[in-house]
Amino acid sequence: MSSNDPAWLNLRRFTDARIGLGRAGSALPIKEVLSFSMAHAQARDAVTTPIDWQPLADELRALGLESIRIASAAPDRDTYLRRPDLGRRLSPASRQLLAAETGTKPDLLIVVADGLSSTGVSANAAGLIAELLPLARKSGWSVGPVLLASQGRVALGDEAGEILNAHAVLMLIGERPGLSSPDSLGAYLTLDPRVGRKDGERNCVSNIRVGGLPAAEAAFKIHWLLREAFRRGLTGVTLKDESVYQLEDATAQAPALER
Amino acid sequence: MYRAAWRQTEYRFADLKEVMAKATPPRSGDVLAGIAARSAEENVAAKMVLADIPLKRFLEEAVVPYEIDDVTRLIIDSHDKAAFAPVAHMTVGEFRDWLLSEEATTPVLARLAPGLTPEMAAATSKIMRNQDLILAARKVEVITRFRDTIGLKGRMSVRLQPNHPTDDKRGIAASIVDGLMLGCGDAVIGINPASDNVGAIIDLLYMLDDIIRRFDIPTQSCILTHVTTSIEAIARGAPVDLVFQSIGGTEAVNASFGVTLANLKEGRDAALSLKRGTVGDNVMYFETGQGSALSADAHHGVDQQTLEARAYAVARTYKPLLVNSVVGFIGPEYLYNGKEIIRAGLEDHFCGKLLGLPMGCDVCYTNHAEADQDDMDILLMLLGAAGVTFVMGIPGADDIMLNYQSTSFHDALYVREALGLRRAPEFEAWLERVGLTDIDGKLLSEPAQLLLDHVKGLAA
Repeated sequence: MSSNDPAWLNLRRFTDARIGLGRAGSALPIKEVLSFSMAHAQARDAVTTPIDWQPLADELRALGLESIRIASAAPDRDTYLRRPDLGRRLSPASRQLLAAETGTKPDLLIVVADGLSSTGVSANAAGLIAELLPLARKSGWSVGPVLLASQGRVALGDEAGEILNAHAVLMLIGERPGLSSPDSLGAYLTLDPRVGRKDGERNCVSNIRVGGLPAAEAAFKIHWLLREAFRRGLTGVTLKDESVYQLEDATAQAPALER
Repeated sequence: MYRAAWRQTEYRFADLKEVMAKATPPRSGDVLAGIAARSAEENVAAKMVLADIPLKRFLEEAVVPYEIDDVTRLIIDSHDKAAFAPVAHMTVGEFRDWLLSEEATTPVLARLAPGLTPEMAAATSKIMRNQDLILAARKVEVITRFRDTIGLKGRMSVRLQPNHPTDDKRGIAASIVDGLMLGCGDAVIGINPASDNVGAIIDLLYMLDDIIRRFDIPTQSCILTHVTTSIEAIARGAPVDLVFQSIGGTEAVNASFGVTLANLKEGRDAALSLKRGTVGDNVMYFETGQGSALSADAHHGVDQQTLEARAYAVARTYKPLLVNSVVGFIGPEYLYNGKEIIRAGLEDHFCGKLLGLPMGCDVCYTNHAEADQDDMDILLMLLGAAGVTFVMGIPGADDIMLNYQSTSFHDALYVREALGLRRAPEFEAWLERVGLTDIDGKLLSEPAQLLLDHVKGLAA
């Protein structure tokens, strides 16, 4: 049995699991050890690499969107990982900054947060917004400046949305990286955002990445959910994503575990 | 009020749960909950106080009130005073010394288990070093049976975990065959399904039943879905071997899992009614993990390790085949790094064993924890030395459905080779019979191809 056995190559069509790896005594062959190490290194880098917001800000400007940089109350990555409660609240400086923008009142506030994968944000956020923006504009929704949030968790959007009097907030956030998907983006939609919203009051579209849910399909789902949310006056567990039927979506994935 | 004085400083602790929280070796979850010791000195002072507390005290002062919590009621109401009698006069510190002494033998500890409460086990673990946790746990032998015999001394079993993000049956079958050919699967073949749809669950149950029966494998299957879903599957005639449930150490955390003690009894009764076990009738599989109660805001100010031990009181009520602490899965806000994960894994294994459970451990971590494969190698070896009942076996250690890293089929081979640990006897005989291992349980360099041929047939 070895990793080059044609039987195993054939079976790998059905799963990304690391099957048929062969062995060196009781151990993995060195090629597999190093391949695993590289995947873990990419996932670690996704968690620990500070995000560079400038390229995204430039791409947003090209789409006609301004951006505002904000930060959570977690001052650094170590605190962010240990204290999820701080990642859900704005820093005092960011709160002040947004308080000057209370006249904004957008129908849809987009917040982009680094979350647990800065690479997920860098790779996917601009593409997703570019697909979503024409749909939002066609529906006549106002979209305010995009908030770029460092050390943010999903619920950070609640406080930001509350201050800006947004009707709905869309949080785009780097998902907890897996070995085979270190660069995945999650989208969380919350109607009438305010501090204290529960996770059950949001809708989630996850695994947005090349090789996962493509940006165009994700934008379609988000737009569908948002339209229904405005129409029915709610988001969360009672708003089921029925757009999958229209898309005949075969790529639906398990929901992200980390919020 | 509990007090300790050390040189100039006097430490005061309002109640037992504060002593226990502050005596706990440091971990991020207790800091997050705001209950951890504020200094290293306070941590040791609390251990000194804890060591002098009589074991009897834990029967008088509940960490979660009896009136508001059915897990506390279960612990107190099911306490076996006769079994407790031999250690009833001891303090926590004396009990630790006794556990490590020659007097505490395997049969003595087996008789003692129903006399111990989770809080006694947790308190003792808090003043023990890692080596104490290993030596005390390895004295305990907990044997359970369904289609094979799990937990015999000198043996370690493996749960084959062939998850797939869309429950693709060919992908799952490929992972199962890979695991069996590497000698894994004697604890259970257990799938975490992506779907919670009962029809999809029943499909998977039939698929696992087909593989087990076709190759006459002395093992059992489990789909790790909610207990009520398993009950529904049984009602529809599906071949359920083991009923699974995630459980925790308070009524409120179990409520957050959507489960009551009555549900668990109903699930066990339903599985027993099928009489599918051939050598025994342990039909439950439970998973637990430090931090679940805090995560559900159901912790009552009690430290996460004590609450974890309380989950074992729930587990032992239902005579499980397997109990698994999924130690590193919950993330760094509860267990920050390899050191904290290793410590927690040893504590959970010790407490589970002392309370009489077939205790396994998912030696694992997520990518946002400060941990890596080297940390897992350490914990796995320590648990092997401690006599762990079973560990996980996942292709290449990479769970593509749950997005975390656990132990691989190869990791099981590593700990077997290093410590001479054998598989469950019926499974060991099966592997030899079908031409995958030699008489000593070593994998053959030219293994039989029957399993691979079967899965190739599925793929064609």
